[in-house]
Amino acid sequence: MATVTDYASTDQIAWCPGCGNFGILASLKRALSELNLLPEQVTMVSGIGQSSKLPHYLKANMFNGLHGRGLPAAAGIRIANTAQTVIAVGGDGDGYAEGGNHFIHAMRRNVTMAYFVHNNQIYGLTKGQASPTTDERMVTGTTPEGSYLKPENPLLLAIASDCSFVARGFSGDGEQLVSLMKQAIIAEGFSFIDILQPCISFNRINTYAWYKERVRKIDETAYDPFDRIEAFRKASEWGGTIPTGVLYRNKRKSYESIKGLAGSLPLLQRPHEFAKIAELLDGFR
Amino acid sequence: MEIDLNISISGQAGQGMNVISATLGKLFVRSGYWVFTSHDLMSRIRGGNNTSQIRVSSRAVYAPSADADILVCLDKNSLLLNKDKKNRAVVCDSAMLTDGEKISDALLPLPLEQIAKETGGDARMANTVASGAVLALLDMPLDGFNSLIDQSFAGKAPKVAEDNRKCAEQGYQYMRAHYQGKLIASLKGNGSEMPKMILSGSEAVALGALSAGLRFYSAYPMSPSTGVMEFLAARQQECGIIVEQAEDEIAAINMALGASFAGARSMTGTSGGGLALMVEGISLAGMIETPLVILDGQRPAPATGLPTRTEQGDLLFVAHAGHGDFPKAILAPSSAENAVSLTRRAFSLAEKYQIPVFLLADQYLLDSSWSAPAISLEQHAIDRESFVAPEHLKNVGSYGYKRYQLTENGVSPMLVPGTPAQVVYADSDEHTEEGHITESAKVRVAMVQKRLRKAQALRKEITPPLIFPGTEEEVYVISWGSTLGLVREAVELLRVKGRKIGSIHFTDVFPLNEDCLPPHIIKNARLIAVEQNAAGQFAQLLKAETGIAVKDMILKYDGRPFTPGYLLNEIEGCMRK
Repeated sequence: MATVTDYASTDQIAWCPGCGNFGILASLKRALSELNLLPEQVTMVSGIGQSSKLPHYLKANMFNGLHGRGLPAAAGIRIANTAQTVIAVGGDGDGYAEGGNHFIHAMRRNVTMAYFVHNNQIYGLTKGQASPTTDERMVTGTTPEGSYLKPENPLLLAIASDCSFVARGFSGDGEQLVSLMKQAIIAEGFSFIDILQPCISFNRINTYAWYKERVRKIDETAYDPFDRIEAFRKASEWGGTIPTGVLYRNKRKSYESIKGLAGSLPLLQRPHEFAKIAELLDGFR
Repeated sequence: MEIDLNISISGQAGQGMNVISATLGKLFVRSGYWVFTSHDLMSRIRGGNNTSQIRVSSRAVYAPSADADILVCLDKNSLLLNKDKKNRAVVCDSAMLTDGEKISDALLPLPLEQIAKETGGDARMANTVASGAVLALLDMPLDGFNSLIDQSFAGKAPKVAEDNRKCAEQGYQYMRAHYQGKLIASLKGNGSEMPKMILSGSEAVALGALSAGLRFYSAYPMSPSTGVMEFLAARQQECGIIVEQAEDEIAAINMALGASFAGARSMTGTSGGGLALMVEGISLAGMIETPLVILDGQRPAPATGLPTRTEQGDLLFVAHAGHGDFPKAILAPSSAENAVSLTRRAFSLAEKYQIPVFLLADQYLLDSSWSAPAISLEQHAIDRESFVAPEHLKNVGSYGYKRYQLTENGVSPMLVPGTPAQVVYADSDEHTEEGHITESAKVRVAMVQKRLRKAQALRKEITPPLIFPGTEEEVYVISWGSTLGLVREAVELLRVKGRKIGSIHFTDVFPLNEDCLPPHIIKNARLIAVEQNAAGQFAQLLKAETGIAVKDMILKYDGRPFTPGYLLNEIEGCMRK
């Protein structure tokens, strides 16, 4: 049986003390151990940003690639080896700005993986510039007159893209987050959780208290995540109350089942088809 | 009988010139002749003017020739565009001509569409009628053509093949009856030194990749690299591979790197513009030391350039692609046959040194069809010696594997993620031996040096240039990549004229070794660079890498390939200076 300590990394954590990332890291270790996955069975993939350092602070295979480009690398890893559990992490800048195109197409492609976005509505690593989810009128290093772009609603984007699993978590609610992470990790297809997380150094508006006041758990007994129209309605709520929990699910086929990878030998273990290739070559005679 | 003929098929995009040229090319190869088929294409789906050129010869040819012995015009426009050329026979549909119209003395009109409709019930079979007409002018029996028709329509109703055979027969008989005495040649089969197959550069690259153990190919379609992707995509099931069309070239290269990190041999392909988008990923490959083969099918640039035409203009860009210092290799295939083995070698170098390796091809190489001797894919086990076997990990202890272990030659053993009681870390930040982020100056220096040590070992594996015919000539043409065949042909023609000229041709174009040329050639011979770009990029690279200066250059950058005849004139002009 795997335990949380199996995932202990020897690497020194470089996050600010009190950062919301700590809660997400702790929840992820718990989710992995409760799913009884060993470190070698998991590949963590990330881009660049404070959140993208997370794979260093957790013992599992790791591909810490380029800013915004974690999702394509994660797809390549999973396609090559369907025996691996692939989890991509990143921030709102990495995933919604630099990697926005990959996010949309990862949902279309539907390769089985979990994607956790640490959404703190600000750029942390580069010390406080506007992100795609920064609230309108918020003053940041690059928007001294206040952010004037309409914030992106990543959940609406995901539901519109018919993403297989769409949820919102809050780094301050570990119990709920562990449960959401476990569901996302075991689900077939591309699973996405937008995780609200205060940046204690550069976001003085969306603070821990600000979120705490607004987050409301979705009443699972009165909500059907398979109802897409209802999901759009729920995901549109932002401001006074912010719903958390599973917002949307569907029964789309995963990439693996469409491409004949599910239940067959992982790509990298397949034998070399000498005879087939020689036959192909013969076709040019 | 010595044969060297050029058959051109000209018409609008969408009229099927490439289908005719593919069928005839294969037929000629099966009859023992060497073939080189090139395509002059416009970037459009319908209309315009496209030409496919088939050169058929009793000697090995690897280049097009200029004037057509037989020109087939599938529309009026192509007839008018070619009216001033020295064509020996021009085949066209008589319906295109108004009464008494005489565009060229060589005109041999026949009712192509009318025969197609009456015989096959479909005007589109005019192409087959035209093929029959061409074969009549070449005095070739139709049996070989008929069996090719049977093969290509094998999946359809038998009537389709039958109608096509009848159309070819009608075209053939019409020419016999109306143009007796207009025979262009008699292709009765070639005895000596026969080719065994015909394939395009794209097909060659794809076959080379498959034979090297390719498992994953991700790309975004871009001419002229798309042929490789489509060939592989059509064969995913039977070859046990996955081909994924990425949302952009950035995704394509990052996907391929992910798959390669996971242990699957991976490749991506694009052209110059797409490669520009991949550049950060190239640097990532260098930093995380993950093997990757990257095809760049060059086309005229900057920016969108001439999308369907050819150039060798990406060399310096590729040599410098990627921020920071890290080793890479660039291989430039010289023919389809060479592309098979060079692609295989690209995979092996990429994995051995855990670096990005480029296949620098171009539209001319990829889209042309080249006859070749029998290509055998030795049933070699795929060499994966860069991966450490789990049993050799005992002494490192549980979770003790170090992805970036400092070694003498800089190469650290790779491990497939998923190995019991081990984890593998790849990191784009500067990293420790384990693969964790570091800011240590000492580790930074050690890691930079480790990565560059691999370049020293790599240099020793670089194949020196091909020097023809020996090292004692007065003048040498310096060339690289796809131009070998046409340069060689021009040089041989000049030698027949008594010139003391030779050829030095590079297929390993980066890195280059200082001792790549014999000292007495550098000291005594006159060197002339022949390149399909405007700046003499290879000459610049050669100077930078080896100090060897090439002063004379013959450069072509109109997007159209050299022909041996054109090159011969240019070289003679250069030698007179």
